[in-house]
Amino acid sequence: MTEVIIIGAGPAGLSAAMSLARGGVRTLVLDREPEPGGIPRHCAHSPYGFREFHRPMFGPAYARRLAAEALAAGAEIRTLTTVTALHPGGRIEITSPEGSETLTAPAVLLATGVRETSRAARLIGGEKQAGVLNTGALQGIVHLNHQRPFRRPVILGTELVAFSALLTCREAGIKPVAMLEPGPRITARAPAGWLPWALGVPLRLKTRITQILGRSRVERILVDTPDGPDEIETDGVIITGGFRPDAPLVRASHMELDPASGGPVVDPWGRLTDPAYFAAGNLLRGVETAGWCWAEGQHVAGAIHAALKGQLPPPGGARLRIASDAVKLALPQVIVAGAQGRLQLRLARPVRGRLRLAQDGATLLERRIDSLPERRITLPLPQPRGTGDILVTVEE
Amino acid sequence: MPDLLPNYDVAVIGAGVVGCALARAFTLAGARVVVLEKAVDVLDGASKGNSAILHTGFDAPEGSLELACVREGYRMYHEIRDRLGLPVIRSGAMVLAWTEEEVASLPALMAQAVANGVTDVSPLSTAEARALEPALSDRVLAGFRVPGEHLIDPWSAAHGYLLQALDNGAILMRQAEVLAGRRSQGIWHLATTAGAVEAGLVINAAGLWGDEVDRRLIGESWFEIRPRKGQFVVFDKSAAALAGHILLPVPTKITKGIVVCRTAFGNLLVGPTAEEQDDREHATLDTATLQALIRRGCEILPALARHEVTATYAGLRPATEEKEYRIRDDLAEGYICVGGIRSTGLSAALGIADHVLGLAKGNWTPLTDPVWPRMPNLSTEGPRDWQAPGHGGILCHCELVTRREVEAALTGPLTAGNMGGLKRRTRVTMGRCQGFYCSAELARITEGRLAQPMLGGEDD
Repeated sequence: MTEVIIIGAGPAGLSAAMSLARGGVRTLVLDREPEPGGIPRHCAHSPYGFREFHRPMFGPAYARRLAAEALAAGAEIRTLTTVTALHPGGRIEITSPEGSETLTAPAVLLATGVRETSRAARLIGGEKQAGVLNTGALQGIVHLNHQRPFRRPVILGTELVAFSALLTCREAGIKPVAMLEPGPRITARAPAGWLPWALGVPLRLKTRITQILGRSRVERILVDTPDGPDEIETDGVIITGGFRPDAPLVRASHMELDPASGGPVVDPWGRLTDPAYFAAGNLLRGVETAGWCWAEGQHVAGAIHAALKGQLPPPGGARLRIASDAVKLALPQVIVAGAQGRLQLRLARPVRGRLRLAQDGATLLERRIDSLPERRITLPLPQPRGTGDILVTVEE
Repeated sequence: MPDLLPNYDVAVIGAGVVGCALARAFTLAGARVVVLEKAVDVLDGASKGNSAILHTGFDAPEGSLELACVREGYRMYHEIRDRLGLPVIRSGAMVLAWTEEEVASLPALMAQAVANGVTDVSPLSTAEARALEPALSDRVLAGFRVPGEHLIDPWSAAHGYLLQALDNGAILMRQAEVLAGRRSQGIWHLATTAGAVEAGLVINAAGLWGDEVDRRLIGESWFEIRPRKGQFVVFDKSAAALAGHILLPVPTKITKGIVVCRTAFGNLLVGPTAEEQDDREHATLDTATLQALIRRGCEILPALARHEVTATYAGLRPATEEKEYRIRDDLAEGYICVGGIRSTGLSAALGIADHVLGLAKGNWTPLTDPVWPRMPNLSTEGPRDWQAPGHGGILCHCELVTRREVEAALTGPLTAGNMGGLKRRTRVTMGRCQGFYCSAELARITEGRLAQPMLGGEDD
């Protein structure tokens, strides 16, 4: 009988599968794609694998290695299998080319990853035509299909993934005409900013797309710039970043979703509000590196192992509540005294000041903070007294 | 003399929902029908984007042709939908008043509903409205309920009408824009971008181009199209639980106003706007208007603020200088114009087709045992394809669209012509990720199979 079902065969899911299977746990990994590996399957350029395999690897090789390790450890991987519902106590509904069925396991790990925010969700104006793609779609089209969706697109956004899109374009012989960032500075860390310069792609800050025009294909875009409205001739738009947890299964289930992170509410062991379910990887918060997700997979595998032996404390704890508009997300959302691990935070805007975690008026943790949005911030887990709410505030 | 017989008895110009219903009505009546569509796929104009409501006609002008067609269209949809596999979601509607002025207009609207034959309307107090719709804002003052207003799939309906015509012998010509025509010895000779077509009777159902087709064929038009744009915001499926009923405002002279309702596919819709414009081809979205729609939606359903936007779209209604439909027959010239179907076309299409069939006074022998195709169900009512074995796997994960469904939409007499058409037939990429996950696989599967390919950028 299956002891653990893992939903999602990306870095977090496969890392947990390998670890659990090596520990003798009967583990089944489900993935809706034809091949396991997740997003790295079509990231042909970035360096992967330092943390996990102690050497630099390309995405596809890294994805194959993760899957091979999990299989070698004894995990079973079923692809082309879509989970359609999560029910209490680890009962899930799936469908595959063979048909639909219900599976049950004492523990279910959700590792369904992220997606980028779409053009529609950003409320970008104009017509709805072909040639507007997220990075995820672009990389699939270029690396998996060897097709070329456009010749001279613009790239919207400057998170790390935008530079990945730039490299994908270069490999496919696509020459972006501009890289646009609505904010005053590049979101990704410093060295990335050299890339557009090196590739001869003009970077335009404080520039927002107002309309994407062209009835059947992209013909031009209208932009708002510090010098007023402008027009750019282009045949495509790559909409990058704004990663959101892909959590519709949790949203439609009996378990609680955190509106701040967009992912499930978890405790320090990655347990959801139904303790038969665990979560790890980018589903928790939006995007992190593959290596980070892999480490989370290792961590949650340890927790699941303990849970199967009945060694985890019963669910419950103090709730973390964000009481500052400077803080975008904080997790785990449930804090338990004595638990090991780190608190993860992200800011909604640039912040310089003091971050405070307090419970019933008493400060549990205080830190000076000077950071930009979308950067990883980690702190020791606070040690609560009782189950009163822990408020996260920032003094600027 | 056989050489004086035209190729077709009837040429329907335009494959919007009205053209599709006309094709069905005339084919079942025994006529040889050709449908001429200028785009690469059907439903490419006004029928591309509407609010997907099957209206009862409770608020249509008394005694109007529009009212008669909406009533008959509504009746016929319910009569034939089972055999064509078309869904209906019996949501009912509430007309809600948010100001004292609107409250004062409710009795007259209810009286009009009754006069229009919609007799099952009932008044609602704030408490009654909120008991039926707990997510409704407490700022609602009063309203009334119209149980017969329903939600349908706006595309499977039209596809079903046309497919039944095609399955019974009609011909669809795409990329066949009518350029000119002349009539001699009782036969129309139409020049189209796809070649010459002969027909005894020409029916202009060109929607947004109705007046232009009139001018090309009979030299003048008795109306002028004044496109009216409607923008919409579609919320995530998680928001659908917030509204069981269709939530309608008190209508004004020119528009039914901004509606909040579920869709047949399980999302929640807010819209449309009503914006006059000259352009009949381009329906552009603008951010400020979309934000205003979201604000309006949140005023009606405060909890909507916690839900994500899945999609946005804009449609153009073929309004004219008058409110009434602009239907006129000129049988001496073998010509019927079905123009100005400005907003209720989806509800009225079958009724309009029946009315026009009556006008045509054709001498055909109705089909005794016509074929009834069954449309695939994409709505939340009834089983979806993924629930039946052999579906080949899920391709679009957000909307649970199977490979078998996509394959079916790429074959047969109504094969998709472009991505828009494939979306309308299957819902691929129309969910929350908007193609993040499945675009690559779709680009691979559709390569070389769509008249207008999904990807550009191939030519050097």
